[in-house]
Amino acid sequence: MKDILDDIDRWRAAGKRVAVARVVNIEGSGPRDPGAAMAVSEDGEVAGSVSGGCVEGAVVGEALGILNGDGTPRLVRFGYSDDEAFAVGLTCGGIIHLFIEPMVW
Amino acid sequence: MLYEVLRDRIRATEPTVFATVIDGPGVGGRLLLWPGGEPLGTLGNAELDRIVARDSLGELEAGHTLVRHYGPNGETTPEDLANTPTLSVFIESFAPPPQMWIFGAVDFTAALSKVGKILGYRVTVCDAREVFATKRRFPAADEVKVTWPGPMFTESGGSLGPRDAVCILTHDAKFDVPAVQGALATKVGYIGVMGSRKTHAKRLERLADVGVTAPEDLARLMSPIGLDLGARTPEETAVAICAEIIALRTGRRPPSLRNSSGPIHS
Repeated sequence: MKDILDDIDRWRAAGKRVAVARVVNIEGSGPRDPGAAMAVSEDGEVAGSVSGGCVEGAVVGEALGILNGDGTPRLVRFGYSDDEAFAVGLTCGGIIHLFIEPMVW
Repeated sequence: MLYEVLRDRIRATEPTVFATVIDGPGVGGRLLLWPGGEPLGTLGNAELDRIVARDSLGELEAGHTLVRHYGPNGETTPEDLANTPTLSVFIESFAPPPQMWIFGAVDFTAALSKVGKILGYRVTVCDAREVFATKRRFPAADEVKVTWPGPMFTESGGSLGPRDAVCILTHDAKFDVPAVQGALATKVGYIGVMGSRKTHAKRLERLADVGVTAPEDLARLMSPIGLDLGARTPEETAVAICAEIIALRTGRRPPSLRNSSGPIHS
């Protein structure tokens, strides 16, 4: 979280809405531990990371979906066993659980 | 408001724990708290807040970040949870960095303080000799203290816990012995002491002279220090020491020098 604070501050100071995604659980091997965080501004700017680059693109999509939708937080799971594995799966074979929410707090 | 408090506490590296309901009833409920402070926010009801606050402070102390499951009123036993909707709470700990204390202002210390910093430790170097214990010789260290081990442990030994490490690199009995004694009186997770097997044997005699003989105490000493990597340079030795610290924490058993025999350098 520490590494994304500057960007969040800057975006919020500019009046932009921000969503934050946090790794809450890892099954098997995962590149980042629980607590790894990534922030996305309403303009699609990104700070931080939640994996080794495997799922960040999909997370931006989810985050913007939340900001542009009804703002309901989502618990999202990415893993090799998913149908979409080849699209956004983790190459290491693990499963990553993310909590993505608008920063309304 | 919650964000600003969290942000400021993270930046100041003040211990803080942040609980968020991520699944089940009340998703998005939040509780921000720290030892001795009044909790901010709520997860939905006072009883749930009380239970989660208690658990969260425990996780913070251990430096853990994880998901725990509760009933709507904080129920945790399987029987209580059987017929009730459960909620998942993500407990995120923002703990201060672990500490590494290095005794002895030698070349190995400069390398070890660098590697310690890479691994995220707050590094303190301690030596009683003013000429050697300078910030200029150990730029990577967060703090360089000119003092003896005794006063150092008396003053701050209570702050050492299972995540922390004490590395004694002095090779000098009048410094080693009080450093080992001081470290053994703390809850520190790792105590490594540098020296050849011969030095170690002599050190054990000196420790016995001051009454340090309990097998459970001596078993805590990683001496000779480090994994058996065949390290030669101060930098390689620093890696061997840090690798041993990691292995001890994770419970793996790669070869430690302590558990082999024969010369350290061959």
